[in-house]
Amino acid sequence: MAYVARKIPFVGTPDTNPETRPFFDGADAGKLMIRRCTSCKKVHHYPRELCPFCFGDCTWEQASGKAKIYTLSVMERASPPYAIGYVTLAEGPSVLTNFVDCDFKALKIGQDVKVVFVKTEDGGPSLPFFAPA
Amino acid sequence: MSLRGAAYIAGAWEHPTRKAPDKSIALLHAECAKGALADAGLTKDDVDGYFCAGDAPGGLGPLSMVDYMNLKCRHVDSTDVGGSSYQVAVGHAMEAIAAGHCNVALITLSGRPRSEGQATGTAPRPGNPAAPEMQFEYPYGPATANLYGMCAARHMYEYGTTSEQLAWIKVAASHHAQHNPHAMLRDVVTVEDVVNSPMVSTPLHRLDCCVISDGGGALILTKPEIAKSLKRPLVKVIGVGESPKHQAGGEIDLTYTAARWSGPPAWEMAGIKPSDIKYASIYDSFTITVLMQLEDLGFCKKGEGGKFVADGNLISGVGKLPFNTDGGGLCSNHPANRGGITKIIEAVRQLRGEAHPKVQVPNCDLAIAHGTGGALGTRHCGSTVILERE
Ligand SMILES: [Zn+2]
Repeated sequence: MAYVARKIPFVGTPDTNPETRPFFDGADAGKLMIRRCTSCKKVHHYPRELCPFCFGDCTWEQASGKAKIYTLSVMERASPPYAIGYVTLAEGPSVLTNFVDCDFKALKIGQDVKVVFVKTEDGGPSLPFFAPA
Repeated sequence: MSLRGAAYIAGAWEHPTRKAPDKSIALLHAECAKGALADAGLTKDDVDGYFCAGDAPGGLGPLSMVDYMNLKCRHVDSTDVGGSSYQVAVGHAMEAIAAGHCNVALITLSGRPRSEGQATGTAPRPGNPAAPEMQFEYPYGPATANLYGMCAARHMYEYGTTSEQLAWIKVAASHHAQHNPHAMLRDVVTVEDVVNSPMVSTPLHRLDCCVISDGGGALILTKPEIAKSLKRPLVKVIGVGESPKHQAGGEIDLTYTAARWSGPPAWEMAGIKPSDIKYASIYDSFTITVLMQLEDLGFCKKGEGGKFVADGNLISGVGKLPFNTDGGGLCSNHPANRGGITKIIEAVRQLRGEAHPKVQVPNCDLAIAHGTGGALGTRHCGSTVILERE
């Protein structure tokens, strides 16, 4: 079952929410931006100003874009079908995403994947998706 | 101070409808309230506490419904955690009764997703844009079936769970639903029927999913003195627990549910263990939901849920743990896309000896009704209620 591009809807507040704006600016520039805590040094996702592990302050950094598939599910009822999943970033956290540029049937848990960026519809921001590495 | 036994379920009523295009959601709530009060032998004027969740129409928690039903309350609570809100409400109502904040608590649920044509499990629905997770999730198409599909896929990967094992859960539900005249799906199905049904979102097939139905239900909780003055069999609340589980900043483990945390305080309060339970109502939005909750509640070891549910072990009169003897959400009813209250209602029927004779568990004196609200793949709340026939 081959990947077919679908329209990616967007609901959110990237323009008015300074807490997450650098994530979307980064995505539009082809960078996956993640948050690291200045106190406990852990990386989290989705990005927050205050660390969800210790409430310490966080800085932005660019992730490597390397990840492994933690799990996935192919929504075969949708037209076109799409594959949702969590990937575990090399930097630590697992993030929700979709898989692109692949045969869905060949995707495997544990497989290496890399980030690619896809524009959302109606002039929305770019978002990170993942494809086989 | 333990709250064990501080409240009894004196009334329980499930709306018989599964499709109600001609009724408002408010009317369905009120019909359920009327039914549960009649079942208890109480009147509207006796209600002094009202509990509802996000399905109550209006937007300001309980306010529209207490107005519509013209209730005079001195305690209200509208904690909304999705389909397990009604298990949570049982716990909160028991706390309120024990504290003297109310004597007769009414809990209602109603909705009509079927009449409204909601593609509940297969089409993502945008929520409030201000929800902090929204912009990092909604674009990726989290419907419902694929959020549970991801849990099933990981459980299969880690523990070798199979589609055939999951199918046994639907098979058991269908064996029970054949005796329920109100059930949406009354045909007995086989493992082959389930695994050969169309794929919805891998690895979950159409028959791994619950029904989409209109309807509702209501419960009456009251303090021991009042319960004992009524003519119904006594169903005592002996254990409650609630706990949310979420993405934990990205430290994700989809192989277990919040039942791992809501179960232990409920078992401790009740002073019993899983092997004491005669009947189990287990939230069944999908087959995988049941399997993971059974593990997390301690009915079997983690990872052994597949073996536990296979070969009819959940079928009343056949297996060791009769479950969802009304047919559950998988076959009978999942009103408002929230299956929590019907789980409690069937547990009450079993404890009273009022389940269908073909599925009634003999000498049923201890039952559990566990709910999961929200989505296992992102964030959800588990809530456990343990009941005893006195
Ligand atoms: Zn920190």
